[in-house]
Amino acid sequence: MSGLCSHALELTGLAGDPGSRVHRLDPRAKIVGLFSVTIIAVSTPLAHWPVYVCCVAVLATYAAAARVSPRAVWRRVRFILPLVLLVAVFVPFVRSGGDSWAFGPLTIHQAGLEVLGAVSAKALIGTVGAALLGATTTFPSVLRGLEAMRMPRLLVLIAAFMYRYLFVIVEEAGRMRAALVSRGYAPRNALQVGAMGRMASAMFLRTYSRGERVYHAMLARGYNGTMPQLHPLAFGRADAVFVAGVLAVTLSARIAGATA
Amino acid sequence: MTCVVHARGLRYRYPGHEEALRGIDLRVEHGERVALLGPNGAGKTTLMMHLNGLMIGDGELEVAGLRVAKDTLTALRARVGVVFQDPDDQLFMPTVREDVAFGPLNMGLEREAVQHRVADALSRVRMAHVVDRAPYQLSMGERRRVAIATVLAMDPTLLVLDEPSANLDPRARRELLEVLETIDRTMLVTTHDLPLAAELCERAVILAGGRIVGDGPCHEILADDELLAAHDLELPAGFDLSAVATRSRPAVGAQHGT
Repeated sequence: MSGLCSHALELTGLAGDPGSRVHRLDPRAKIVGLFSVTIIAVSTPLAHWPVYVCCVAVLATYAAAARVSPRAVWRRVRFILPLVLLVAVFVPFVRSGGDSWAFGPLTIHQAGLEVLGAVSAKALIGTVGAALLGATTTFPSVLRGLEAMRMPRLLVLIAAFMYRYLFVIVEEAGRMRAALVSRGYAPRNALQVGAMGRMASAMFLRTYSRGERVYHAMLARGYNGTMPQLHPLAFGRADAVFVAGVLAVTLSARIAGATA
Repeated sequence: MTCVVHARGLRYRYPGHEEALRGIDLRVEHGERVALLGPNGAGKTTLMMHLNGLMIGDGELEVAGLRVAKDTLTALRARVGVVFQDPDDQLFMPTVREDVAFGPLNMGLEREAVQHRVADALSRVRMAHVVDRAPYQLSMGERRRVAIATVLAMDPTLLVLDEPSANLDPRARRELLEVLETIDRTMLVTTHDLPLAAELCERAVILAGGRIVGDGPCHEILADDELLAAHDLELPAGFDLSAVATRSRPAVGAQHGT
């Protein structure tokens, strides 16, 4: 369990050169810039594929400027990408239209292949964009950026606490599992998994009472309903230039593609 | 000089349960370090929660010059620093810096002053090097010391510590004790770790069944085997109380309370 934990820690940490200009950008600039790349890719049909190339080029430049290696990006996307693509893989077999090729009982259709191609490209750009955001911005900074962009404070707080306590809870679950296993628990059929259910309810109760204790600890230090900020965010010229640059490149490619 | 804690006939009952505090009379003077001892369920934590108004019982309670009531809570919590038993409950922010800054920012201090307090509090617990780390990257002993820094940064009059040595290995416990020795504040320490009480505090109060059943100089209380045994307390086998340096004088030089 601790292996999983340390792995998760690694994936939430920064990658590349933490002192790079990209890392030092305001989180809002990075959120807006990378999100707009994804939006532009998602809104582009396959026929205008050069836009995808343009988006990939922007992401590659971003990664290079932040000195995030392709390996680091791959380590982050390899878990999410297969899940996203799993659904799309079946499309060539069910979506009919255009040429078709028969492989025994299965038939692949051209229209389906096109959908697969478009979905794969969009999924790749979206996940790599998110991975790059995570590699160049700490999770707390992303949250502060979102809060500054008027995301409801309650959602930001929930995400912040999830980030803080995820590992505590995973470790607790690991200890409880070890306690089950060391008393010979090895379920052989579905009827014996009841213990897991009881473990889940015990986890819930423990987490609930921890929530109460954390709240007390917050009150004890003068919490009054709003989270205080130590460093106010500052959106400077470099941030504006970054957002404008990304938007200029991707939007012009998108518009040129649409009018061509 | 007024005293730091003054309780008269303090009572508290959890809804649907027996009384947890059955008339507590307690005075703690400025600069005193008091060990609050007692078996599980004696009411130690309940009493601790009263000191900064997380619970409000019947009877009279004045802490750090303020009557504990709903309208004084904000000021009270700036004057009473509570360090909870599990540092994972205390350290809820993503980084150590933000966590230590949480209290001073809530007090409405300027950001520059807050930065100063963060640096100062962390260096007082010898943890200045972890300022940008996340709490889960720290060892238990380090978390405990950072938790103490989070309340020191608020510059409290009274420091309340709940089981400070729980779950610490001997070395982390030793380091914690060294840090606590250097903190010049009135302290109330609830603990089962009687050697810690002997080394840190000059006065001990035994709480049992919601009442104070013993109060006096720490070395005298801890030497009273009968009293300890009657309340499920005992020193570790072979522990030599006389080998522990006696802390007889309060840090700020006020008189003992009774």
